[in-house]
Formats: sequence, structure tokens, C-alpha cells
Amino acid sequence: MIRLLVDIAARHLLARRRQSIVSLLGVVLGVSFFLSISAMMRGSELDIIRRLVDNAPHITIEDDYRNPTLQPVAQSFPEAAIELHHVVPQTETRGIRGYPQILDYLRRTPGLQASAVLSGQALASFAGKDRAIGLNGIVASEYARVSTIRRYMVRGSLDELEVNPSGIVIGDELARLMSLSMGNNLNVASTAGQLRTFKIIGLFHTGRSDIDAGQAFVALKRVQSLLNRPNRINTIVIKLADPDAARAEAARIEQRVRYKTVSWQERSEDLMSALAIRSVIMYAVVGAVLLVAAFGIYNVISTVVLEKQRDIAILRAMGFEARDIERMFLAQGALIGAIGNVFGVGLGCGLMAGLMRIHFRVPGSTDVNYLVIDWSAFQFALAAGVAMLAAMTAAYLPARRAAKVEPVDVLRGGT
Amino acid sequence: MTAEVIRLEHVTRRLQGEVPVTLVDDASLRIDGGECVAISGPSGSGKSSLLYLMGLLDLPTAGRVWLRGADTAGYGEAERSGARLRMIGFVFQSHFLLPEFSACENVMLPMRRLGIHDETTIRARACALLGGLGLEDQCDKRPRQLSGGQSQRVAIARALANDPMLVLADEPTGNLDSVASRNVQRTVLALAHEQGRAVAVVTHDADFAAQADRRIHIVDGRIQP
Ligand SMILES: Nc1ncnc2c1ncn2[C@@H]1O[C@H](COP(=O)(O)OP(=O)(O)OP(=O)(O)O)[C@@H](O)[C@H]1O
Ligand SMILES: [Mg+2]
Repeated sequence: MIRLLVDIAARHLLARRRQSIVSLLGVVLGVSFFLSISAMMRGSELDIIRRLVDNAPHITIEDDYRNPTLQPVAQSFPEAAIELHHVVPQTETRGIRGYPQILDYLRRTPGLQASAVLSGQALASFAGKDRAIGLNGIVASEYARVSTIRRYMVRGSLDELEVNPSGIVIGDELARLMSLSMGNNLNVASTAGQLRTFKIIGLFHTGRSDIDAGQAFVALKRVQSLLNRPNRINTIVIKLADPDAARAEAARIEQRVRYKTVSWQERSEDLMSALAIRSVIMYAVVGAVLLVAAFGIYNVISTVVLEKQRDIAILRAMGFEARDIERMFLAQGALIGAIGNVFGVGLGCGLMAGLMRIHFRVPGSTDVNYLVIDWSAFQFALAAGVAMLAAMTAAYLPARRAAKVEPVDVLRGGT
Repeated sequence: MTAEVIRLEHVTRRLQGEVPVTLVDDASLRIDGGECVAISGPSGSGKSSLLYLMGLLDLPTAGRVWLRGADTAGYGEAERSGARLRMIGFVFQSHFLLPEFSACENVMLPMRRLGIHDETTIRARACALLGGLGLEDQCDKRPRQLSGGQSQRVAIARALANDPMLVLADEPTGNLDSVASRNVQRTVLALAHEQGRAVAVVTHDADFAAQADRRIHIVDGRIQP
């Protein structure tokens, strides 16, 4: 029965070949645009998130509190309106207190790696050139477990920091800017007024110029003395086996340790919402293409319905139900949608393969970038599903009208 | 062969509107199997409207239509369509074949819709029906490659596809020359006299009407006594 209706539908479309092909073309273009653009946007989104997850800590514990600590009097009378005058802030040595215990506690959680870092600002000078750098004091063997920095080493090694306490690892961009090379001695002055000389024992290249030109790694103990903060650290960096659990895990840790604990999702909220807005804009644009395609389908099926009044009447007289007529025209939409999908997905794959060949340079990065395409089945299902929905919706209105045709009216008029 | 096939009881069809029109006025009529009834009347007298009521294509505003002893008043749209598919065959003045389908495929349509037989059986039966009407060589031709008389006989074959007990023909010879007309007349009469179907045929042709078992004359929607 359905085969019969599809057969009639197909013949009606074949009878208006040119118009059918135009509307089919609309679907083909709509599907391929939808597929390739959606796959490209999703691909780059996944790529951005992957980089974020890979190259930044999943969770960081900072030496800060989410809510400022209250004065003792305010803690005692939480409901009261209190006004204090002449409060003199204490000068305190900032840092995460009792961090070895916190690390112990953290490391009991399975799938979690943690490393303590003390970072601060410093001035590096060499051969009369000065540059402000971010100094990161790390325990190399621990830090390598929570960071991908080892992957980006181009000269020397990070682990040498453990055996050579006056070694320093810097980015290749900084080395280039300051004409430094392996083995050179670099003077580093801290904001606390201390001055040390470090020997360059490693170079890294991450591709992000702000890191490559501005960050340096040194043994933790050295930074602690350089910054005048013995036995202090100010960041605990955490890597999880399951990055998606970071938000919940961060909340759990913050509850326990009280220090401000930030997951990568929280840190990247701006970026994530920008990505979401980008998706909305993209789907609006490709949706518009499919909308145009839907108008094409609506147009051809409406024309067929108008032209085939007599045929509808004769089919009804023959014993076809009103519902059969409706299904027959819905089948036309389904046919255009399905055939359009086949060619559209084919063309879309071609476009996607083409997009993958495009390479370009992003500002802020020194490396050549390629477009990342998401080839997942979901993208194909989404494009095909949306196109099919558009085709069926476009067919629905004329199909309803066809079902309402009164055969007697047509026969009276026609004979 | 004298079983009642269709019976109309005081059937009236009125069109509501600014000026109400009465298409059929208090018509009562019975046609048995094996009987051919000729309907005549001036243009616009309501002959076609009467056929549409008998064929359950249109609904009476008053009165009842009995099909094989069953009151059709309670039928829904699907039941009326089902009854048309199984029991009623329509033939119209201008042949009304579907232009995208060959002669044979046109005859196959009602059988495919009924869906009882498989495709090969249906094709064989369609060819046999066309053969029986002298069209064995025209099976695969498209409607526009057929003459008027051939088209009309294809339409008759299609009306007979599901072996209906009631055949309703609306001026089947209206557009044909005299030779083709005679041919179609003989075919229509045979439906009743040889195959035992109930046949109602609207015709202006006095010779054709004379060969029918009964003649009904309609003026202004009323069956004349
Ligand atoms: N939609 C309508 N609105 C008003 N009047 C209508 C409508 N349809 C049909 N009529 C009128 O109903 C009457 C009956 O029409 P019908 O087609 O049944 O006549 P007929 O006897 O078959 O005529 P013909 O011999 O020309 O085929 C005619 O007078 C026609 O003008
Ligand atoms: Mg008429």
C-alpha cells in the first residue's frame, strides 16, 4: 500500500522533472552546507575544548577564598549590621597553608594527580635585555604528571630541574627574543628583591606565543627562596582521569580544603558561552539554507496538488481514502528529502574533505593550523534528520490541502 | 440474480449557500444485480449528482442509501472509500485515466490499493480485463497514445478491477464517435446482462437507453414518474 502511494508520488514528481530537480538541488545544497558547516564548527569546538582540557589544568586550587573572610565580630553576629573603623590589614605571607596535607588528601582520590606550584613575577635579564616573565616553581616529576609540558620540550629536559636546582626551562620564543641558547646564564630578579642566576637547561615550544615568550619553570625550592616565601606554594594543579568530572570534583575539593578551587569549565565559562553563541548563529544560518530548500519543496508539491485535482478526484472515486491522498503527497516530500539527503551527504563529505585541506595561521599562535572536522555519525544523523524534517513539514501543508479536496466538486467542475 | 444491490430511499441533496440549490429531490430507486438502468434528462437536471450519491462520493442531506442491504448513513469516510474500492466501479464521460501510468497500470491501481493479491497476479488480471475488452495490444500504452474509445474501455476495465457489484457510468459514450460508442454500449450492457452486475448509466443516446432494462428520466433533480 505504501509502495503504491510512493509509486504514484514518484511519477507525479517525474512528470514535473525540472521543478523537482530544482527543489531536489535545494535539499542537496542545504544538507551539504548543514553537514559540512556543522561538522566544521563542532570539530573546532571539540578541538578547542580538547586543547583546553589537555593543556590546562583540569582543576586548580588557588591561595584565595571565594568569599572574603569576615572580621571575628561579624562572624559572631552574622545578622547584625556592623561598622568597623580603622581596620588595618595584616601583612601576611600568602600561600596555601598546610599544602602537604592537602596533597596527601587529594592523592587518595583514585584517578587524580596533583602537583604544587609556586608562581610569581620576575624580571629576566641577559646581555642588557630585560623581560618580565612568569616564574613557576615546580617539582618536575610531579608536575609532569599533571601537565603536557613535557610533550612540548624541544631541547633539554624538564626532569633535569630535579638534579640541577639552578637550572631553568624557558620557551623557545623567549630564548629567541633575548638571544638565549642552551647553557646560557640568565639573571632573574624577583619582586621580593632577590637576584639569582639560572642556567638554561631546557627549551619548550607549545605554539602559544604568550606561554612560549613569557613562562619559565624552575625548581620549587628555588622559587620559594627567590620570592621570600619558604615552604609556601600558591597553586595546586590537578589532572583528572575523567576531565568531565572536573566541575563536581572541584566543588567537592573546595568544600573540604576551603581554598578557591576552579574547574576548567568554570575557568572557561566565557569561552564556553562564546562557543554556544557561535553554534546558535551557525545553526541559524544553515537552518536558513534548509528553510529555502523547504520552500522549494513546498512549491513543487503545491503545484502538483493544484494540477492533479482531477487525479485526486479519480483516485478518491476509485476508493482511495483522504488519508491515502495525504500520505501520497507526504511521500513526495519524503522522496525529495531522502534523495536530497543521499546526494547532499555525498556533496557534504566532499566539502568536509576540502575544508580539511585548508590551513592557516591564527594570531597568537606560531604554528600552522588545520580545520578540524567532526566526522561523527551524529553530524550525519543531525543533517539528514533536519533536512528530512524540513522536507516533511514542507510537504505537510499541501498534503493536507490535497486530502481536503472534495472529489464531487472537482468532478462537477470537470465534466 | 435478482438480489438488491443498491436502494435509494427519498434521497435529497441540497447545497446550502446564499441561494440554496437542490441537486437531487426526493429520489427513490432500486437496482438489482443483472439489471441495467439508463438515466436521462436535460443538462443540469442532476443526473451526475444522483450517480455520486449512489457511489457514496456525496452524502444525501435527507433520505437513505442502502448498499447491499446495509444502511450507509453511519459510514465514515474510510468506510465509504472502502465500499467504493470493493463494490463500486465508476466510469466517467472524459476518461480520467492517470496520465503517468500505462493502460495496464491504470487498471492495476484499484487492485494494488486493495492489496489482496501480489503484483504478478494483479498484472495478469489487469491484462485479462483489458484483453476481454479487446485491448490486449494496448496494455503498455500511455493514456495519451490511446483513442477516445480505447481510453473509455480502459476506464471500464479499471472500474471492473475489483469485481464490483455496482457499476456507475456517467455518459460513457458522450465523447465517442458512433462506432466506438456502439462498442462501449455493448460492453456496458454486458456488465449487467452477462456478468450480473447492477449498472446505472447516464446517457443522452436514445438507442443506448432503449437497450437498458429500465429508463429513468430526471428533470430539476426529480425522477419523473
Ligand atoms: N457547486 C455548485 N453550486 C451550485 N450549483 C451547482 C453546483 N454544482 C452543481 N450545481 C448545479 O446542480 C445541478 C445538477 O448538476 P449535475 O452535474 O448533477 O447535472 P447533470 O444532469 O449531470 O448535467 P450534465 O448533463 O450537464 O452533466 C446543475 O443545475 C448545476 O448547475
Ligand atoms: Mg453530468
